[in-house]
Amino acid sequence: MLAPGLLWTALFCLLPILVVLAVSFATRGTYGGVLWEFSLENYRDLLHPLYGRILGQSVLLAAMTTGLCLVMGFPLAYYIARLPPRRQALWLVLIMIPFWTNFLVRTYAWIFILRTEGLLNTLLLQLHLIQAPLDLLYSNEAVLLGLVYGYLPFMVLPLYAAIERIDPALIEAAWDLYADRWSLFRLVLVPLTKPGIIAGCVLVFIPSLGAFLTPDLLGGARSMMVGNLIQHEYLVARDWPLGSALSLVMMLIVTGSIVWYLRAQAPRDGERGAG
Amino acid sequence: MKMNGAGVWLRGISGAVMAFLYLPILVLTVFSFNDSRLSAVWQGFSWHWYGVLWHDAALLAAAANSLLVGVLSTSLVVLLGLPAAMGLERLRGKGVRVVETIFLLPLILPEVMMGVALLLFFVMVRWPLSLATVVIGHAAFNLPVVVVLVRARLQKLDPRLEEAARDLGASAWETFYRITWPLIRPAVLGAALLAFTISLDDFIVTFFVAGPGSTTLPLRVYSMIKSGLSPEINALSSLLVLLSMGLVGLSLVLQRR
Repeated sequence: MLAPGLLWTALFCLLPILVVLAVSFATRGTYGGVLWEFSLENYRDLLHPLYGRILGQSVLLAAMTTGLCLVMGFPLAYYIARLPPRRQALWLVLIMIPFWTNFLVRTYAWIFILRTEGLLNTLLLQLHLIQAPLDLLYSNEAVLLGLVYGYLPFMVLPLYAAIERIDPALIEAAWDLYADRWSLFRLVLVPLTKPGIIAGCVLVFIPSLGAFLTPDLLGGARSMMVGNLIQHEYLVARDWPLGSALSLVMMLIVTGSIVWYLRAQAPRDGERGAG
Repeated sequence: MKMNGAGVWLRGISGAVMAFLYLPILVLTVFSFNDSRLSAVWQGFSWHWYGVLWHDAALLAAAANSLLVGVLSTSLVVLLGLPAAMGLERLRGKGVRVVETIFLLPLILPEVMMGVALLLFFVMVRWPLSLATVVIGHAAFNLPVVVVLVRARLQKLDPRLEEAARDLGASAWETFYRITWPLIRPAVLGAALLAFTISLDDFIVTFFVAGPGSTTLPLRVYSMIKSGLSPEINALSSLLVLLSMGLVGLSLVLQRR
């Protein structure tokens, strides 16, 4: 019964990845296409400062997105976890609705708000708070905003699941022992919700790193991320070997963070078994 | 008293974060009813842009393509995923982890990677890009969705039910049809609906594997955004928001039963 599904995934996922792997060691043909001559040049090209800058910028933007989502998501998740059960369910559905709304639509909403003739500039001009429209769109900040907006639910849901499991008596005990808010957070909440924090961070970091639409629509020429570079190499520059090498590097970073995540999750089961 | 101070503070932040999540969608919807070409200044209420949508032939063709891809790819993943979930559930031994990982692979891969890998694969095997390659792509990334959700339901089933049916002389097929299927049907329908929603929404994989004449709704929206903004996009976006909300609501109801 497994065979048809397994064959399907092997044929249309595993095999294509192997093709990418093979092509990443090939040479670019004169008019695009692939020449099957072994070379490491594509990987050496990745060290070029231009590619290095885009790769570094992508990791930085993804890390900043993760950090901002954590800072915004933790208080929200904590608040929801402390509500009465029926209101918890309502808030969770409210978090899930944007999460399931078409990503293009959500990104377009920010274009509508931020562009030169957009809602925000119109509003600020009418209120005479500014004299000339601000350049808000097509910047790294706009990309960051779009990424946080897009992936915040990925952070809130696992954090909520982790906080909800904490025994309220532990928090009361901390208050009784005169813990201040910061100590409560640092000494009680963080250690107890570590698996949830890591899960949320990985779930936000991975799609942010691989983002294509957000930087494509909200970013300018200087806010390119790896996803855009890969698309550019494949569809515009038609350098498939280089594009393949880039995709593999991105996949390695992603796989690395997933392995780290699984390692970090593993002790939790032990703790639960002991407790 | 300390608790109360923290409570106000928390409620304020939570409210602000919720406003951040909802305001953009809300203003988008409000301005889809704006009677003006200059889309950011309110000129009065109008259904005009919804009328424009209805007469946009390219858009309607794209919507038809999306629907076709959604129905075909969802049927495919249910037909492949249901037996796969049951097979995984019965599998014992060392191979389980390997098989599981292969099934989950499309979920772990960055979407752009999945898109370029499929594009490269289709080019290498000289398979012309068309609506068929889009269906295959969608069925590739949606298979784990069905496998994971159906398997979760199977794990909750009492194995004694199937055993009892077999003991009473039911064939394997009869056991499935009369015992297992009625019990897992809501989960299968919920998973199918979710796969359908993801297929309707997908942009990235479609972007790479769609050929000429296989423009789907998200691809059309993308080119509309790229080629200059019109309040028509607001109207379309509002409809899409409503559609995702309806589909997800239905899927939640089905899975809870």
